[in-house]
Amino acid sequence: MMLGILAHKPANMNTARRYAVQRLGFGVLILASLLVVAPILFVIGAIIARGVGAINWEFLTAMPRDGMKAGGIFPAIVGTLLLTLGTALVAIPFGVGGAIYLAEYARDTWLTRAIRLAIVNLAGIPSVVYGLFGLGLFVLFLGFGTSIVAGSLTLAIMTLPVIISTSEEALRSVPVEFRTVSASLGGTRWQGIRNIVLPQALPGIITGVILGLLRAGGETAPILFTVAAFFLPRLPQSPLDQTMALPYHLYVISTQVPGMPAEIQYGTALVLLALVLSLNVVATVIRSYFRRKRQW
Amino acid sequence: MNQPTIQPTNQPTNPKIRIEHVSYTYDDKTVLRDVTLAVPAHAVTVFLGPAGSGKSTLLRLINRLNDVLDHTRLDGRIFLDDQDIYARGVAVSDLRRRVGMVFALPLPLPGTIRENILYGPRLAGLRDRGRQEEIVVRCLTQAALWDEVKDRLDSPAVSMSGGQQQRLCIARSLALEPEVLLLDEPTSGLDPISTSKVEESLFELKQQYTIIIVPHSVQQAARVADHAAFFLTGELVEYRPGRELFTAPRDRRTEDYITGRFG
Amino acid sequence: MNTSSRIRLSEFAVEALVRVAGFSTIGFVLLIFLFLLREGIPVFLQVPLDNLFGTRWYPTFDFFGTLPLILGSLLITFSAIVIALPLGVAAAVFVREVAPNWAREILKPMIEVLAGIPSVVLGFFGMSLVAPLIRTTLGVPTGLTAFTGALILAYMALPTLISVAEDALDSVPKSYRDASLAMGATQWQTIWRVVVPAARSGILTAVMLGMGRAIGETMAVMMVTGNAARMPTTLDSLFRPVRTMTATVAAEMGEVAQGSTHYHALFGIGIILFLITFLINLAAASAIFQKRRRGGLR
Ligand SMILES: Nc1ncnc2c1ncn2[C@@H]1O[C@H](COP(=O)(O)OP(=O)(O)O)[C@@H](O)[C@H]1O
Ligand SMILES: [Mg+2]
Repeated sequence: MMLGILAHKPANMNTARRYAVQRLGFGVLILASLLVVAPILFVIGAIIARGVGAINWEFLTAMPRDGMKAGGIFPAIVGTLLLTLGTALVAIPFGVGGAIYLAEYARDTWLTRAIRLAIVNLAGIPSVVYGLFGLGLFVLFLGFGTSIVAGSLTLAIMTLPVIISTSEEALRSVPVEFRTVSASLGGTRWQGIRNIVLPQALPGIITGVILGLLRAGGETAPILFTVAAFFLPRLPQSPLDQTMALPYHLYVISTQVPGMPAEIQYGTALVLLALVLSLNVVATVIRSYFRRKRQW
Repeated sequence: MNQPTIQPTNQPTNPKIRIEHVSYTYDDKTVLRDVTLAVPAHAVTVFLGPAGSGKSTLLRLINRLNDVLDHTRLDGRIFLDDQDIYARGVAVSDLRRRVGMVFALPLPLPGTIRENILYGPRLAGLRDRGRQEEIVVRCLTQAALWDEVKDRLDSPAVSMSGGQQQRLCIARSLALEPEVLLLDEPTSGLDPISTSKVEESLFELKQQYTIIIVPHSVQQAARVADHAAFFLTGELVEYRPGRELFTAPRDRRTEDYITGRFG
Repeated sequence: MNTSSRIRLSEFAVEALVRVAGFSTIGFVLLIFLFLLREGIPVFLQVPLDNLFGTRWYPTFDFFGTLPLILGSLLITFSAIVIALPLGVAAAVFVREVAPNWAREILKPMIEVLAGIPSVVLGFFGMSLVAPLIRTTLGVPTGLTAFTGALILAYMALPTLISVAEDALDSVPKSYRDASLAMGATQWQTIWRVVVPAARSGILTAVMLGMGRAIGETMAVMMVTGNAARMPTTLDSLFRPVRTMTATVAAEMGEVAQGSTHYHALFGIGIILFLITFLINLAAASAIFQKRRRGGLR
């Protein structure tokens, strides 16, 4: 029925003209794709070009000085690593566990559909709303205060849908026959999962976990009111301390501190970008390496 | 209901498996209708019929492999040695250790040849190295594979040819010393030489095991069957000793099928 | 304890644990909504509705009109989609239908890279490089405008939009293409008149998910839109500063006294944001689920 449109075309429509239209159309597609890609390269190129001059050993390992206008961004880097670690501790067991439940155990019931719906919606909730939630539940109600614990928990819940979705996909890509064979040899469900399915799905799960954690590590809005500190003269001493964090630090020095040297801003942006993108590449390389290596 | 003859005439007094009034539906599609038959021990029974007539489903039910599927419904009962296998409290993995299964496509698990053979015994708790070694040798020999692979037990199972992989799968299911062996078109992907090797090993194996096989052709069925059951769209049409069913079928539909009129 | 009962116990324990993990997602959604309500409901009791949905947001003077914020969010979200839709669909069509392998191998990772760039980095880039460019080329008083925000948001929505649109194109049966080509249509005619129309419901889903992503975006938007809480009702609003719901919460929560009306009002905005994104994602998800059921999962 859709093809009807074509059928009504005069059969002798000038072929040359049709191919001219096609060239034009393809030209537009190529142009649009360039418009998508070029700014990405430009962002990365500009930040590298303007920020690389700021990068040196001191910048990476020293505390900030002179109202953050000199010195390094060490506490922000450490803070982001700590937050990411805290996020991992919570998000990995819940995320991978949830994925195992959905891929291996869940039956097709309305409750399972409710879980899927919950995951879609968790993925869609704005990051700043996670911040509000973390403030309400972890900082105030549970009394953790603005702390690494509160921030990590908030980030972990935000990251959960990413980890669940990617891990579930990795588990589902393991052929169902492996489970059947394992069962037919007297394996229980969990034995099949542990001995066959999980090892095969592991690279995909690791990739998903890294991507999810990177997203958490690069987020600002959820940590604004749950953990992030404008400036701290020392590193956090306990999980109940506040901490500086790279993304928030970039926000602070680019909007809240007048007279900030541009090089430090770009340098901070570059460190954050380099961390995130390099691990991103690692994650995708893991996935494609094992995808090529596997035997099914 | 007007049931056809459902017991082979030489029915042993104590059948290994009894299937009683089994009906089965996927979603809303009924694929087995009130099937009743008894499978004798130490013999080869073939389940015969065109594609889609429910043979694989019935085999999977005997091993409870369809337990994990959603939106299915099983009526009737299946007994193994007079024990209802779907009764409450039956340990499914114990059942599956007693009933081995080989699938149409060779499905080696990731890992080496040795690991494939030992997968079941290790899950069952076997740690002893010597016993493991014995099992590997015995199963590969029984499946007529030992001579071909004895020098590369630790190479990946997927490095074998298709025919070897399928015999590995048979060997793997023998490792648990099951009482029953279910084979679902085990030779459908194999060349004629591998096929006859598998068939030969069946003759050896039936001394020890109760075997149900879905053959991949009528010819194969006639070669191996002690007893034969003919299925059509989920119904058991005729079930008799193999020689009788293939030489003098009673039902018109059976005759059409074995003379090739169904394709 | 013997082996088989130990196995049975661990079997039971594992299933219970992963079940808890799975169901925790429902718990978290409920918990989030509950705490937004808990902290947000008071504002609806303390401030009359005509004030809450009025046109002025001056919390210091007890004006809690959220209308300019809602309209601000809608303005840049729709503008962003207007920019992103043609770019995204064209890029998806190019990747799926036309591009030679080498071009695909460049494009796909680039789009993944874009998805990976933290929003604060894009915001920083927008305010320090894009905004000045917009100020000089358009001759407006400030480069921090709704348009700048829409531009950045469009690029942030692109990865979602492109990947969902790609799936939609992918699910168009090959037979449609073959039939069209067999009737003598060029590849372009096939794409334009058969493939894209057949994928339109999937593309609509892509647009919705992109919109959900855009309306909730916070940091980048806050850094490039100038944050003036004025009603974007005039024609030139697109090239003036604007303020979104997300930016308002992010910028003001740090300064409010806990328990004040202003504090509750910010949670009230959180409720609105939650409901909007919930509805958008519900719609998109039901479209996706429906397709899956028809396709027969498993
Ligand atoms: N997992 C399943 N879900 C739904 N339908 C199935 C499934 N497995 C088999 N069927 C259907 O059940 C019918 C019988 O299939 P099967 O038992 O494989 O027959 P046979 O082995 O005789 O070819 C077929 O129509 C098939 O499409
Ligand atoms: Mg079959």
